[in-house]
Amino acid sequence: MTTRTAPQIGFSFEYFMWIFTRISGAALILLALAGIAAAFWMGARTQLDVAALMRWTFFPNPNHVVNSEIPDVTLGWANAYWQIMQMMIAFFGVSHGINGLRVVVEDYMGHTWWRPLLRGILFLLWLFILIVAVYVILAS
Amino acid sequence: MVLKRNVGLKGFRYRGGGPMWAWILHRVSGLAMVLFVGMHILASFSMQQFGSDLATSLNIVYESVYFQIFIFFVVFYHGLNGLRIIILDTWPQTLEYQREVTWLQWLIFIPVYGLTVAIMVLNNISGS
Repeated sequence: MTTRTAPQIGFSFEYFMWIFTRISGAALILLALAGIAAAFWMGARTQLDVAALMRWTFFPNPNHVVNSEIPDVTLGWANAYWQIMQMMIAFFGVSHGINGLRVVVEDYMGHTWWRPLLRGILFLLWLFILIVAVYVILAS
Repeated sequence: MVLKRNVGLKGFRYRGGGPMWAWILHRVSGLAMVLFVGMHILASFSMQQFGSDLATSLNIVYESVYFQIFIFFVVFYHGLNGLRIIILDTWPQTLEYQREVTWLQWLIFIPVYGLTVAIMVLNNISGS
């Protein structure tokens, strides 16, 4: 039977990610609430159906509300404010999700050569998805 | 260290009750969201940049009411359960009531989710 090193006491990478998971989760909930509140302020009650409001709440991208009764999406719904909100949601969401995948990997992988390989793949996937997401936000 | 014994379906005999199922649902919904969000980002990118037919049909599926009912379940459950975990972790004295809190969570989840799904389905039927 192989031995397993005890987790380091004090500040470590695992501890940092434990805190980050909670902060990013709470931040995502707050960003969603800000999105839904602003949507109602911008007239969602008469201009959106529930499905479009839901898409906007999850990710305030103008493409998510383009098939609705909003007369001009670029007025109020597509500007730098919402681009920054989208970037924050993308950063917190992707980092939270990739960290979740990392936790699953750490849970089920032992000291095999799979573990460093999967850690590396997840790190590259995190960078790749973040860059693509920012590109989509800026180009839409 | 890899477990040598094969647990398989016998793992479900661990009678953790509500909190155990909350943990399983949290992990499964998290994996589902990672898959959905990753595919959606890549599909939106290739739709936007290359006008890919595959990406467009994928995004049409994501926009359909049936998929939205599924993804709303996954996101709302994960968010609500995550909020419960944050509260129980930050104030550990509340851990005494964690079974009650798990049921309270369903008490919040079912009306909000049910109402939203009912409105979406009714709108879909009436075609508005």
